[in-house]
Amino acid sequence: MKFFPLVWANLTRHKRRTALTTLSVALALFLFASLRSVVTTLRATGEVGSETRMIVQSAKAIVFFLPMSYRERLLAVPGVQAASWANWFGGVYQDPKNFFAQFAVDPESYLDVYAGDYDMPADQRAAFIRERTGCIVGKSLLDKFGWHLGQNVTLTGTIFEGDWPVTIRGVFRSLDPVFSEDAMLVHYDMVYERYPTWVRPGWYVLQLKNPALAPQVAAAIDSEFKNSSDPTKTGSERAFNASFVTMWGNVSFLMDSIGMAVVFAILLVAANSMMLSARERTNEVGVLKTVGFGDRLLFGLVMAEAGGIAAAGAVLGLGAATVLWPAIHFSAMGFLPGFRVTPGTLALGLGITVLLAVASGLLPALSAARLSAVQALRHVE
Amino acid sequence: MALVELENLTKAFSRDSQPIVVFDGLNLEFAEGSFTALMGPSGSGKSTLLNLIAGLDRPTAGTVRVAGAEVSAMSPGALADWRARHVGFVFQSYNLLPVLTAYQNVELPLLLTRLSAAERREHVATALSVVGLSDRAEHLPRQLSGGQEQRAAIARAIVSDPTIILLDEPTGQLDAKSAADVLALLQRLNAEFHKTILMVTHDPHAAQAARTLLHLDKGVLTA
Repeated sequence: MKFFPLVWANLTRHKRRTALTTLSVALALFLFASLRSVVTTLRATGEVGSETRMIVQSAKAIVFFLPMSYRERLLAVPGVQAASWANWFGGVYQDPKNFFAQFAVDPESYLDVYAGDYDMPADQRAAFIRERTGCIVGKSLLDKFGWHLGQNVTLTGTIFEGDWPVTIRGVFRSLDPVFSEDAMLVHYDMVYERYPTWVRPGWYVLQLKNPALAPQVAAAIDSEFKNSSDPTKTGSERAFNASFVTMWGNVSFLMDSIGMAVVFAILLVAANSMMLSARERTNEVGVLKTVGFGDRLLFGLVMAEAGGIAAAGAVLGLGAATVLWPAIHFSAMGFLPGFRVTPGTLALGLGITVLLAVASGLLPALSAARLSAVQALRHVE
Repeated sequence: MALVELENLTKAFSRDSQPIVVFDGLNLEFAEGSFTALMGPSGSGKSTLLNLIAGLDRPTAGTVRVAGAEVSAMSPGALADWRARHVGFVFQSYNLLPVLTAYQNVELPLLLTRLSAAERREHVATALSVVGLSDRAEHLPRQLSGGQEQRAAIARAIVSDPTIILLDEPTGQLDAKSAADVLALLQRLNAEFHKTILMVTHDPHAAQAARTLLHLDKGVLTA
């Protein structure tokens, strides 16, 4: 601690340079933590889902509808307790950039199947079920757009074309990430009314009596429809969610690569700054050696400076990423539910901070330690 | 009794692959409590001699012994520790760290000791008082005059009560009044505190402040 004033004095010698270097490190770590969080959130998204629910979708692709008649046949499969269905609605609110997840569902059966994953007053639930142009929204989505209960909202369809005026009849809180608070549910019937010859269920959600029988139930369902014109692919809700994640392609690799590239670029900036700073002080290194400062001590002091800059950058960058995203309820319009910096990402960020400190301070520190006092004292800027 | 003993001291440099012999078998002693001025033309080896005694440089051959310790045989780590305890060094250009106050500059050698913060404070206050800079403790070097900077540098050199004080042209950048103040301070350190002082100078007037005067020319003592 007694050397702290010396380290601090050197760090604050060029305040602007130190501040800019620290901010560079902070920005790099902020970007790293944020990009890494996209990866971890995507992975986590692929892991949510109830053990007691299964999803039945078209074996051809998710974009193909399934016949409405399947509902009764699904309910007849042994082990299936309840069945509901949903469609991806795909509308925008006012502006294409105001995109968020909307599902056209059969309200009563859908809310029953997901009972326990959300919290919403019973009267709001009833109001939504009752009104065909009613909708319910997550609290996070409501707050994001400044909506209120009873407000009329007009969606513009991108799949089901046209304007779709709906009224907010309920606001729910998510109790499980599978029921995203950044989503809106509208009536399937509302869509069906306008496109009766086209629209059908996009997928079915099944509630199982016994999750242990899920493999048998899935096999029975897919066998049932195997030779029909609309064969099915049945799997766990978790596998269904995971399939959406795979649709992002190799985005994880991309995010990780960009994150590491940013960190490496900033490492060069920080190292350059430390080298410049050390070179300016060569004569002072000579003075300190003359006074009796040993090579190891000087090495440690220069490393402490690099560590100070990296640590300050880490506090700012990792701290900002940890606090900012939850504070603004960021979820990429529902595609990244529960987006946050995980402890694992923080630990990785701290590891990078240590590497950054070592890599940026090592050369100037070695240079200060190895330089002879006489050589250093002869140095003229 | 000799505090500093140089025996068969040889120092040679190689510049542009040309060997330059600064000392070739120099023998010299400085007594404890002496105040010696070392004069000579540029390139005569004055500063090199100071560097060798301070352990900042190593002889090509021969030995440098200070207070019984063979400086020329010490490892770099041991030399740094030894320097911290036994050598006070004053440069022509003061060489105070510009980002530290006079107090912090003077405190530097004490950071290498086991003294507590309170003890360090006491030592620094004493050193600053001896050089007459108590009221400038919190000033940065750029806020001090040249004479004050050199006095702060002397305070840094004496604060750890070293065995020997080595000065390289201490008045070289000072006006007459400031130079006189510094020389009077050195005389006081020698007479009152019995400090052993070796001062390299070009200035005959400064050399008169010492009790012994030596001339060095091309690595050889001439008088």
